Amino acid sequence: MSGLIFNLFIFVLASFVGFELISKVPPTLHTPLMSGANAISGITIIGAVIIAGQIDQQVAQIIGFAAIVFATINVVGGFMVTDRMLEMFKKKEDNDG
Amino acid sequence: PNIIQLCYLIATGVFIFGIKRLGSPATARSGNQLAALGMLIGLVVTLFDQQIMSFEYIIGGIVVGSAIGVFAAKKVEMTAMPEMVAIFNGFGGGASALVAWGEFVRISDPTLLGTQDLITIGLSILIGSITFTGSFIAFGKLKGFISGNPITFPGHNIFNALLTVGTLVLVGLLTVNPANQLVFWLLFGIALLLGILTVIPIGGADMPVVISLLNSYSGIAAAMAGFVINNNLLIISGALVGAAGLILTNIMCKAMNRTLTNVLFGAFGGSDSSDSGPAS
Repeated sequence: MSGLIFNLFIFVLASFVGFELISKVPPTLHTPLMSGANAISGITIIGAVIIAGQIDQQVAQIIGFAAIVFATINVVGGFMVTDRMLEMFKKKEDNDG
Repeated sequence: PNIIQLCYLIATGVFIFGIKRLGSPATARSGNQLAALGMLIGLVVTLFDQQIMSFEYIIGGIVVGSAIGVFAAKKVEMTAMPEMVAIFNGFGGGASALVAWGEFVRISDPTLLGTQDLITIGLSILIGSITFTGSFIAFGKLKGFISGNPITFPGHNIFNALLTVGTLVLVGLLTVNPANQLVFWLLFGIALLLGILTVIPIGGADMPVVISLLNSYSGIAAAMAGFVINNNLLIISGALVGAAGLILTNIMCKAMNRTLTNVLFGAFGGSDSSDSGPAS
């Protein structure tokens, strides 16, 4: 049970950090920020790897495999499109200036 | 194992810096790259976890997922970015639900699972599934596969509320009686349905806000998956995204002179256009 309490502690504290991290974001950054944060939520890939890597149950491994595919799409695709968006953004700034 | 935890700590710090830098135009690109680095650190050190005994599925999954992700990210047009983000987000939420399902299946006798495991498995499946189907509906609305107009039926709001309560009851039932397969599958099914029914009454113009909210959900789903497998990095990163996503959703609503309640339930109020309404 103490494990759960400890986990709750870090969950709540990390949430507070998350709330404070973002304050004034210019509208042009809304979509890239959303996209970048979305890629981070693909962190669940770590859970997927742990499920797919165990050898207790093959069915669970297969579910883990599907989870890895899903999460990897989220992570790889997410960081790449964010980078593409921000690259555009940079160019636009240069043109304006 | 201590080394792994230490690297997780580093990855956490890198994520926090990354998100911070993403919020400002001059540093945004490096922030994104930092976050990607954090992800890489987290993933690589996890491969040294003692629980991991077989690598075929891991390597296979990463290869397939990367190929799809790279292809989609390269091919998408700049104007179609929000719907692409929706799709990626849907997969992320779906992955968290799958992680919880996988853990549920891995323990061959579910009655051996503790109450806290069962609650978090239930919540992870619930939130992950809502994110999954909700994101695909958002994609469909932006892409024009589904009408961008609000699609509702009489009593939609009440029906959704009942379904939400129903899923929470099912999470409770799963905790009490984990051996009951029917409860598990009902929970999964209703959660998937709830994702569709929550997003479909919202107009296409509001989809960016909805995607941002679903992004916050997928963070929370990841954090719940972290509770399930007892992993710090998942809990912290998931909570960060969940909270930051919520703030961003709020900022986006304000930029449109709307409240979140108005966006989510506005289709039921009768006045569907941009009347800002009293904040409730």
